[in-house]
Amino acid sequence: MKGPRVAVVGAGMAAARFAERYGAFGGAGTVTLYGAEAHRPYNRVLLADVLAGRFAPRDIALPPGAARVRTGAEVVRLDPAARTLALADGSVHGWDSLVLATGANPVLPPIRGVRLPGGAGLAGGVHVLRTLDDCAALARGVAAARRAVIVGGGVLGVSAARALASLGVAVEIVHQGPHLVERHLDADAAAVLARGLARLGVVSYPGSRARAVRCGKDGEGDGDGDGRGGEDRVSAVELACGPGLSCDLVVLACGARPRTALAYAAGLGVRRGITVDDALATSAPGVYAIGDCAEHDRVLHGLAAPAWEQADVLAARLSGARPAARYRGSRAPARLAAGPLQYAAFGEVDEQADPGLDALRLVDATRDSYRKVLMRGDRLAGAVLVGDMTAVDAIAEAFGRRGDPAADDPHHLLVPG
Amino acid sequence: MDDNGTDTHCPYCSLQCGMRVAVAPGGGAEVRERPAYPVNRGVLCGKGRSAAEVLRPEARLTTPLVRDGRGGNLRPASWREALDVAARGLADVRARYGPDAVGVFGGGGLTNEKAYQLGKFARVVLGTANIDYNGRFCMASAATAHRRAFGLDRGLPFPLADIARTGCLVLVGANPAETMPPAVRHLRELRERGGTLIVVDPRRTATAELADLHLRARPGSDLALALGLLHLVIADGNVDGEFVAARTTGYEEARAAAMAHWPERVERLTGVSVSELADAARMFGEAGTGMVLTARGAEQHSKGTDTVGAWIDLCLATGNAGRPYSGCATLTGQGNGQGGREHGQKADQLPGYRDLDDPAARAHVAAVWGVDPGALPVAGRSAYELLGTLGLDGGAHALLVMGSNPVVSAPRAAHVTERLGALDLLVVSDVVLSETARLADVVLPAAQWAEETGTTTNLEGRVILRQRALDPPEGVRTDLAILRALAAALGRPDGFPYDPEAVFDELRRASAGGPADYAGISHRRLRGGEGVFWPCPDEAHPGTPRLFLDRFAHPDGRARFAAVTHRPAGEEPDAEYPVYLTTGRVTAQYQSGAQTRRVPALNAAAPGPFVQLHPRLARRLGVVDGEPLAVTSRRGRAVAPARVSEAIRQDTVFMPFHWPGEGRANTVTNPALDPASGMPEFKLCAVRVERAGEASPAAASGAGAAR
Repeated sequence: MKGPRVAVVGAGMAAARFAERYGAFGGAGTVTLYGAEAHRPYNRVLLADVLAGRFAPRDIALPPGAARVRTGAEVVRLDPAARTLALADGSVHGWDSLVLATGANPVLPPIRGVRLPGGAGLAGGVHVLRTLDDCAALARGVAAARRAVIVGGGVLGVSAARALASLGVAVEIVHQGPHLVERHLDADAAAVLARGLARLGVVSYPGSRARAVRCGKDGEGDGDGDGRGGEDRVSAVELACGPGLSCDLVVLACGARPRTALAYAAGLGVRRGITVDDALATSAPGVYAIGDCAEHDRVLHGLAAPAWEQADVLAARLSGARPAARYRGSRAPARLAAGPLQYAAFGEVDEQADPGLDALRLVDATRDSYRKVLMRGDRLAGAVLVGDMTAVDAIAEAFGRRGDPAADDPHHLLVPG
Repeated sequence: MDDNGTDTHCPYCSLQCGMRVAVAPGGGAEVRERPAYPVNRGVLCGKGRSAAEVLRPEARLTTPLVRDGRGGNLRPASWREALDVAARGLADVRARYGPDAVGVFGGGGLTNEKAYQLGKFARVVLGTANIDYNGRFCMASAATAHRRAFGLDRGLPFPLADIARTGCLVLVGANPAETMPPAVRHLRELRERGGTLIVVDPRRTATAELADLHLRARPGSDLALALGLLHLVIADGNVDGEFVAARTTGYEEARAAAMAHWPERVERLTGVSVSELADAARMFGEAGTGMVLTARGAEQHSKGTDTVGAWIDLCLATGNAGRPYSGCATLTGQGNGQGGREHGQKADQLPGYRDLDDPAARAHVAAVWGVDPGALPVAGRSAYELLGTLGLDGGAHALLVMGSNPVVSAPRAAHVTERLGALDLLVVSDVVLSETARLADVVLPAAQWAEETGTTTNLEGRVILRQRALDPPEGVRTDLAILRALAAALGRPDGFPYDPEAVFDELRRASAGGPADYAGISHRRLRGGEGVFWPCPDEAHPGTPRLFLDRFAHPDGRARFAAVTHRPAGEEPDAEYPVYLTTGRVTAQYQSGAQTRRVPALNAAAPGPFVQLHPRLARRLGVVDGEPLAVTSRRGRAVAPARVSEAIRQDTVFMPFHWPGEGRANTVTNPALDPASGMPEFKLCAVRVERAGEASPAAASGAGAAR
């Protein structure tokens, strides 16, 4: 074997990007991706589009460069001292550098009835949307569904809602937070987004908590009679405030939690994610972490763009192309572009939370567009766009000039010309 | 010559407009219309109309010049003395450092005959590997990408007039309204016929004004843009699966590459919003037929080859290649940019577009030249690598320049100028005393386009004949005569005829059977005609206006997708150099300006360099229109007046590159090279912009300075 052995635990987006860049940078080592899923790397960002039928599942494959990809190869143990990893099949593999790109698991909310008794998986008709297999299962569920409830109104919930609505399913979003996508949007922006969803036939209930998922025998209730009678299947979601939403499909979109068990068991530093420094290095020599599983500077990004920035930096370092490259955090905007549903959020978004911020707002109710820039003194601190995206380039440009005074009437950021 | 003058072609760009040159009633020459010629139907731009001005004795060289020692002045000399100094100098350097220490630098303005003869001179007489030319600064990236994808590189694989009949035309980094105005009628005709036009350019150019959709992409992002459009074409279900299966290979890898460029990411990389991307993808994907034309804006990057490859992918995926009224093509720049790259002045090529490292190609050409194939040198350095190492250990110590002005046109021009100064011998053959000729030890005054016969190959691959319309003034010789004399002085009295037709006949034999096969084309056949499209393997062959209709030029007949990925430019803006500089052209000047800056009417229209910048950047800098601006990069500083305009992005400034001196844009540009093509990154580097008056090393960065 020539060059160092670079083992990557995970074959998701960060892993694929790392492998592709490592090759492009001329890295001399042999990269192996160990993926637990049965699929080669694919673009998770596009799962809602796969669900909506815009892409065939095989079409969203990502290029892993020259890396060797081992699918269905779940890593069960790491030994940083011996520089080995063990697979579920019992085999043990050595490495010279180890990259943890284990990603994140969907959060299962504490809702009665979402799990089958005994914890053996999700109740019939209850889905998550994190993997291609999830997507395939959900697509099968959609084929027999008329009414869906999505638990969670974050970015995944909103894009899943749009995809399901495009397939002719009536969709309701139950969201515990005060308004949709509260991590990225303020209340007014979320209201514009909610109106956009309503036009697609999606009703959202912010400030509502799902208490229980009720199941009935398949074929009962609205009687679709698909002949699989006798199976328990979701029939309604009960809300804490009282009413029940009858449905035959539930999608849990309550966020994701970094997958850290392997790292923790191996004695690596773990907080919410696997902690890494600017070199993406963990507490163990030769071991790195990137993507959704990594916590850098106390931040868990959980988005594709920062994951790829981390992968780029690590690939530049380990390939030898730029051994001193450093990751200094990401300023990538949060962005949703799902047909008519569009938003972008840069930096700080809530002036209510910080008296040092001044907001300038432009609301066009007739076009359902909402734009806001947040200034800290003469510096651009954040921005929110919903609906009309014509300002997205100008704001990205101004936001990209780190720490530089906007030196400009902030009006121009809202109305570029 | 009759009263109506002689049919010939313009000396400037790759459109090679037909024109007539006649003796004016008051003496001297004048340019007249030639309406029958199909490419421009008589229409000429200001450069073409005034082309005869450069023929005036006042505008040009009419006697050889020789420099008396280092630091001496150039003084008039006899041809005998000038050729003697040149030949002895070349021989000395060769004797002292070996044959590869003698470099040759040609030009995309040379006729096919000259380009061929220059390549032969370098390989046979000098025995050097180090010959390259300024076309490396022009379309090398497109040429490399087209050869990879199609197995053959011809700028347009279809006649220019076809573009009016396509359903959707995408121009990427191309500004024909400014660079080749007579071509614009095809764009207008396209719109009149109901076709749509998409223009990709960081500036709202005269061409962008004509577009249905203008994508104002960030400099250096055309690769990401193409992949983003491919992504959306796949999402929209507009891939032509049948075409992909029958006529291409590599789709799955290209699709995976496109999946790595999803719309939100591409918006972030390009500055083009997702909704504009979606509009463009739908316009192109649903047009029925579509074409993409790239030009220097997309190509002059350290990722130029990959960028063109990605646009080719978009065409291949949608079935828009190798079919009528569709395809991916490049708008070649220089007058003979196409033919100039086919016949052997490129470091890695032999005549007929043969590869220098192909044993069969070497054997064929060596037989025509009457030499042993083993005696032919191997591939030498690409243009910037050649110029950037002049006078250094292992670099060339003598250089023969023919028809090029790298002092103005090369990237990192101050360094190139310094390297030229370190040569033991610089010999320049040119029609005017260019900035490069001013540095030479020997300057050889050459005849001009209207004074000698020769062929060029225009952007369509149409081989045309420029006919001699006038006698050159006394004291001037043709480049072919110069090469003949130098060859003789260096011990090769035979094999270098000065008659262009004789040279062309040899070129035909050398090209026979090669990718660019000229065997069936002759001066006789071209005389009075509309030209012949190569390949044309025999005299009975009609030529090939449309390539690839049945098969692509790879052995299996299939086109190749390129699996490519966006990557940053050689230099991206940072805190110290926060603004993009992009460079380009204005209508009234041509290339380094060596010819056009000698024409009063053109200088009146475009008197000098300028720095175009957005009003908001101007306000941040505290700059008003017309005020001198300093544009500084890691390589140097250029100063030119501000031209404030909303037609440019706020993060970018633009400078035209036609001028020498303080306003020389190429003082600033970055010679980061494309690894596949050797193309330097003219189209983008990181700069600091400040008011020239107050510029100091301590001055704040371009953004945020003086308000």
